[in-house]
Amino acid sequence: MATLALPRRGPLRSTLVRHVVLAIVGALLLLVLTTSVSAYRDFQMANIGYYVVAVAGLTVLTGLNGQISLGHGALMMVGAYTCALLLERDNPLPLAVVLVLCVVVTAAVGALVGAAAARLRGPYLAGATLAFAVGLPGLTSHYADTLGGDNGLNVLSGPPPASLGLDFPPERWQAWITLSAALITLVLLANLASSRVGRTFRAVRDDEVSAELAGIHVARTQVLAFVISAACAGLAGGLLAFVSGQASPGAFSVALSLSILAGAVLGGLGSLTGAVYGAIALVMLPAWSSNASDRFSLGTNVQHNLPLLVYGALLIVVMLAAPQGLQGGVRRLLGLLHGRAPATPARNDPVTEVTVSEPDR
Amino acid sequence: MARFLSVTLGGLSGGMIYAAVALSLVLIWRATRVLNFAQGAMAMFTAYLAYKVLEHGGSYWVALLVALASGLVLGAFVERVLVRPVENGPPLNAVVVTLGVFIVVEGLAGMFFGGTPHRYPTHFSNVNYRVGDVSALAPFDIWVIVSVLVVAVLLGLLFRYTDVGLRMRAAAFEGEVARMLGVRVGRMLTLGWALAAVIGALAAVLVSPNVPLSPTSMDEVFVFGFTGAVIGGLDSPVGAILGGVGLGVLLNYVAAYAGSDLQTLSALAVLVLVLMIKPSGLFSTTATRRV
Repeated sequence: MATLALPRRGPLRSTLVRHVVLAIVGALLLLVLTTSVSAYRDFQMANIGYYVVAVAGLTVLTGLNGQISLGHGALMMVGAYTCALLLERDNPLPLAVVLVLCVVVTAAVGALVGAAAARLRGPYLAGATLAFAVGLPGLTSHYADTLGGDNGLNVLSGPPPASLGLDFPPERWQAWITLSAALITLVLLANLASSRVGRTFRAVRDDEVSAELAGIHVARTQVLAFVISAACAGLAGGLLAFVSGQASPGAFSVALSLSILAGAVLGGLGSLTGAVYGAIALVMLPAWSSNASDRFSLGTNVQHNLPLLVYGALLIVVMLAAPQGLQGGVRRLLGLLHGRAPATPARNDPVTEVTVSEPDR
Repeated sequence: MARFLSVTLGGLSGGMIYAAVALSLVLIWRATRVLNFAQGAMAMFTAYLAYKVLEHGGSYWVALLVALASGLVLGAFVERVLVRPVENGPPLNAVVVTLGVFIVVEGLAGMFFGGTPHRYPTHFSNVNYRVGDVSALAPFDIWVIVSVLVVAVLLGLLFRYTDVGLRMRAAAFEGEVARMLGVRVGRMLTLGWALAAVIGALAAVLVSPNVPLSPTSMDEVFVFGFTGAVIGGLDSPVGAILGGVGLGVLLNYVAAYAGSDLQTLSALAVLVLVLMIKPSGLFSTTATRRV
């Protein structure tokens, strides 16, 4: 991003100010963009907004703290159902309050999962979170009276505020909400990443024993990372429910969890800018695949499954093309970010080539 | 009491299927220290091929044979082409690769076969035997239990008494030394994955009459198999079978007394509990391992 080239003088020396300025510039650009495109594009951007939040949350967990989670789709489900249940009441709370509550509830669930996860490593953690992702949708049919069974719940998100005019497209309103949430999340996470807490995350990821020797409470750090990541997933889930107008178990399949992982891997784990690219890819790929199958008349089965195929192929290719691994890739990326490695050979570097991420700090 | 006994016996056949999945995971884990998250999806795909054979008029046995054979090929292919390059890297890489295989296979199944669940036919009766008030174990369940037991025994004989089995054990136990003694280690690992996929295929064919076949139908079964394998300790084939059967019975209690929708979350609870109390598994012989 352009800020990298700015000399760090005056107020821009402060990380917080820099990120906020960047977010305001981004918000202005998005404001222009959302008001100048069709309702369908606005709807796509609304979807991108919550995917950014989810993928960025997973990026912090996996890229920054080295824990893998296949359960983020299920955590989004917690957020979505919280949102649906809160908006269902006769006098619903304001949307902002509802979304905050989605974050709080999901963070609490994330603390539970994280407490178990902090004791697990690698394949065991992946397996346990996968079990969470496979099992949680079952709750909706067990408590079908409250959670609506397989059909799920309708989310009464209401029209855009009257002050915007009567013919204001609801898609644009949705895009504004999710994109603002995405920008706020990105600013908070970017600050976190460059803060003391972010450094302890990285220390734990790189070497637990050394981190412990340096006085870092490893388990507590891992739970904290999980809680933050779950909070993001909860916000993303609440926004998804708000945008799609419903919360149903079918929307929170294992495939969702794995596609979020694919988005994070594609974006280059550890890079929040990459999370944005990953989220854009997650929304655009299904659209492209439906265009492609229309053009070549491939049928709905192909259309629905082509994105899955691409996500899976992506996970495999990235891993095979970056033999020194997730950790090595992340470390090299961070090395680039901090100017420890020459920036020019990055173009030939398999990690950065596949992950199309740019230094953002 | 009669109901309790019925439920207990009823859990056995499901448990044997989880045991088969657990066994296949252990086989792969012992050979390559990789947890194959695609195991359930790969098995699902072979069951679909068998289903296609049945649709075109093939018999139950021909279809089963097709599933096992395609499992053999699929398992060997995945190990040799996709997993081999990451086998000795950080564990997370192998996990992500098998996850990639997992979604690719599910996507392919959705493309070729559609998302509608199919009930896989069987020519064994599904009517339970009755002794007094206890009603459990239909002929189909007996077939499930016997076939998995036979496969497990055959596998044990293979490892204990044959030359190939000895080579496979050597390759898994200490690859470098085995290589120096002339064992084609790579080939043995591929064979291990192939055999595991065959067992997975059997499990998928056995479970599909009860869990209608769809691209995601093996997800839960995989989770149960994984949990069974962890209960037994990922290193122990006998532990995997006991763990799978034990979990099957336990989950049948959950289904009978609490609701079948809670089975997977109960499996998760068991999984977390076992990993916290005895991470090496209840039946494991190895001393320590980081979980």
